[in-house]
Amino acid sequence: MDLTLHVWRQDGPNDKGRFETLPAKDISEHMSFLEMLDLVNEQLIDQGKEPIAFDHDCREGICGTCGLMINGVPHGPLSLTTACQIHMRHLEGATEIWVEPWRATAFPVIKDLVVDRSAMDRIIEAGGYVSVRTGAAQDANATPIKKIDADMAMDAAICIGCGACVAACPNASAMLFTSAKVGHLGFLPQGQPERYERVLNMVQVHDDEGFGNCTNHGACQNACPKGISVDFISRLNRDLVKATLTYKPYEITAV
Amino acid sequence: MELNAKIPSGPIDQHWTNHQFEMKLVNPANKRKYNVIVIGSGLAGAGAAATMGELGYNVRVYTYNDSARRAHSIAAQGGINAAKNYQNDGDSIFRLFYDTVKGGDFRSRESNVYRLAEVSLNIIDQAVAQGVPFAREYGGLLANRSFGGAQVSRTFYARGQTGQQLLLGCYQALQKQVHAGNVKVFSRHEMMDVVVVDGVAKGVVVRDLVSGRIYSDTADAVVLATGGYSNVFYLSTNAKGCNVTAAWRAHRKGAGFANPCFTQIHPTCIPPSGEEQSKLTLMSESLRNDGRIWVPAKEGDTRAAADIPEGERDYYLERFYPSFGNLSPRDISSRRAKEMVDSGHGVGEMRNGVYLDFADAINRLGEGAIRERYGNLFAMYEKITGEDPYKVPMRIYPAPHYTMGGLWVDYNLQTTVPGLFATGEANFSDHGANRLGASALMQGMADGYFVMPLCIGDWLARVNPGDTPTDHPACKDAEREVKEKMDALLAVGGKTSVDTFHRRLGKVMWDYCGMSRDADGLKSAISQIKEIRDEYWQDVRVLGNGESFNQSLEKAGRVADFMEFAEVMCYDALSRDESCGAHYRVEHVDEEGEAKRDDENFAYSAVWEFKGVGEEPALHKEPLTFENVPLSTRSYK
Repeated sequence: MDLTLHVWRQDGPNDKGRFETLPAKDISEHMSFLEMLDLVNEQLIDQGKEPIAFDHDCREGICGTCGLMINGVPHGPLSLTTACQIHMRHLEGATEIWVEPWRATAFPVIKDLVVDRSAMDRIIEAGGYVSVRTGAAQDANATPIKKIDADMAMDAAICIGCGACVAACPNASAMLFTSAKVGHLGFLPQGQPERYERVLNMVQVHDDEGFGNCTNHGACQNACPKGISVDFISRLNRDLVKATLTYKPYEITAV
Repeated sequence: MELNAKIPSGPIDQHWTNHQFEMKLVNPANKRKYNVIVIGSGLAGAGAAATMGELGYNVRVYTYNDSARRAHSIAAQGGINAAKNYQNDGDSIFRLFYDTVKGGDFRSRESNVYRLAEVSLNIIDQAVAQGVPFAREYGGLLANRSFGGAQVSRTFYARGQTGQQLLLGCYQALQKQVHAGNVKVFSRHEMMDVVVVDGVAKGVVVRDLVSGRIYSDTADAVVLATGGYSNVFYLSTNAKGCNVTAAWRAHRKGAGFANPCFTQIHPTCIPPSGEEQSKLTLMSESLRNDGRIWVPAKEGDTRAAADIPEGERDYYLERFYPSFGNLSPRDISSRRAKEMVDSGHGVGEMRNGVYLDFADAINRLGEGAIRERYGNLFAMYEKITGEDPYKVPMRIYPAPHYTMGGLWVDYNLQTTVPGLFATGEANFSDHGANRLGASALMQGMADGYFVMPLCIGDWLARVNPGDTPTDHPACKDAEREVKEKMDALLAVGGKTSVDTFHRRLGKVMWDYCGMSRDADGLKSAISQIKEIRDEYWQDVRVLGNGESFNQSLEKAGRVADFMEFAEVMCYDALSRDESCGAHYRVEHVDEEGEAKRDDENFAYSAVWEFKGVGEEPALHKEPLTFENVPLSTRSYK
């Protein structure tokens, strides 16, 4: 395959950035998309030009590090796939490829295609956990959990925190990400004691970090490489409404 | 170098209990005076950091990833072992201990392994309490499956993403502590060196990968939870960022490196598809529960799998090992696959794999059941190869995966440098010469949650908190050295990229220090490594500067360390003139081609002491005794 790449280059968060057009020749269809970028980088190094910076690590679709807009689509043309799992055969017929970073106010660009996603860590920090002390747990089989509940929790828990949902959303909302954690823990008995406090705090931080509101476009679900359903957002909203109306922190009721 | 393993006295099932009582404690009010640095945020790092934060210590975590949640523990697929005996199939702490010692081919320390088996029970409890959505049966109780090297079902799993779910549990516990103010996480920071003052570890030098700033952080203890070094082979199942730098820098500062040649080659990975291959993808070993491994019986048979009649297929693992069959341990399965490919029975376009066939299981259980068990793995396979494993057999081949070797630690997980600890894959302690499947997660979590947080107290109770300021001369010296190395790499101005050198190094290691080894090959590897290293420092091309985000420079530093480390790996493989577990010296095999151990001469852990770059390291030995699992020849027939 012979391709023309248009790659976003940006020196830092304050640089304006621009597209750079680069040829990519003799690309094997067996190569992964990132291996194609590796090859282009090798050629750039050969020419004494700085290689394209892009985030990646496991290259098997689980760490969530990679994140690229490929021809305007988060993680490229294949559904249920991360950028690192795209192989060139999946782009057959393409001659021009546009590669861009995630674009969202809450994800400032560090360099080229690399963005800062630490805002997502701070959403988890606000309540995306069960408070349990190490060593204080009861026997693992003491509380049976219905298989359907465990499976639903898992369907949400498989979120890899890549940020594609944010990149896909016209509002740059991270609601799918947030709802996946709220849903994961909300389906399990272990998550119940902190359920309503959790949703209030996580949504608060979500908004404070500059992510937009969810207006039910559903683009996030299409972009999600793990197929997380927008149903979890509905569930989050129900929890949020209930929490807003009824949750009273630290109130002691006299009996 | 003194190697005192500090194994507690008494019967082995009392070691940990007694030791916990004997350890010194830090009183709750004093805990906040102590600072602990943790490098790495995988199970062994995040678990330790979260738990130590919870105990009241001030913890700072450094990770090269952009978030603690991305550490490579996340990629573990198949499961985690625990001796819960929920299946009533005769499992026990002792059996898990026994299987692990035997699986490690009698090159691990009994006492550490026993503790691992013991705390395996707590790990599952802990993970469930955190909300890890393990697979369950319809009755609501936890499901189990079996794994290579064991005849009981003791593996807990969360679809094919067990590592991810366990790590997210750890990560969430960590974020909770960040929120509470007990832990600070510095992402996109790489540890570049250890600060040692009067022989005691007092801190680290880190580089902020975004700004390029190099600076010191000091503390009362340093924990390295920095994973393994399989990327010395360039192509491995490890994430691209995995590296040996932290462990190697510690080694250069005096920490003994144990059994570096014990590297595990995983039998079920997707074979490479071409020259530009950048990493190898593992297909969980759990697939071997339902898949049958075979090759065409006829050499050079190029027919499609479906066209080869049953009678012309060689199910070689079932043939060689009737009782373990397709679930034979990793080292054995890997070697047999290599033999098959080397002898012309390989399959696929490049003839570089063997089949893992699910046709029988699909006929027996239905496609739905197989989809339920392995759906995501099958999807992953199809994405990479473009082939549908429900219809045609998977192609698999061994690839470097896990490193049993690592920094030598005593029973307290302390290295030979006081105050410097190593947990998880970064240490050498539990898996001997071969690791059984579903045991890496177990060790990471055992060390992280249950061992390190207690043992650290015993050390801290003996030191004066906060006695080393960050402008201490030892910090300044270490910072200067790091800076000089970065500048030197940028100054070479050669013609060849870092990756090109890394590939070359990897090929030498794979050819001579990979699945099978011999003395001549290893000697040749040592001289080739020296040549590549010399060339590297004359011809590497690293563009950009050190004062900004520069991924080439990051890689260049890591590859430079791999080039020094590779040599000690070969020295270790050369000096261990026996075969054991994953270390297969072609000079030492029995009539049936199995590894032949030499317990008389090699029942020890080889611990190497750094003597300078390019100098032969000094060998020290920790003798191993087996009082509870009698030395025997491993047999899986």
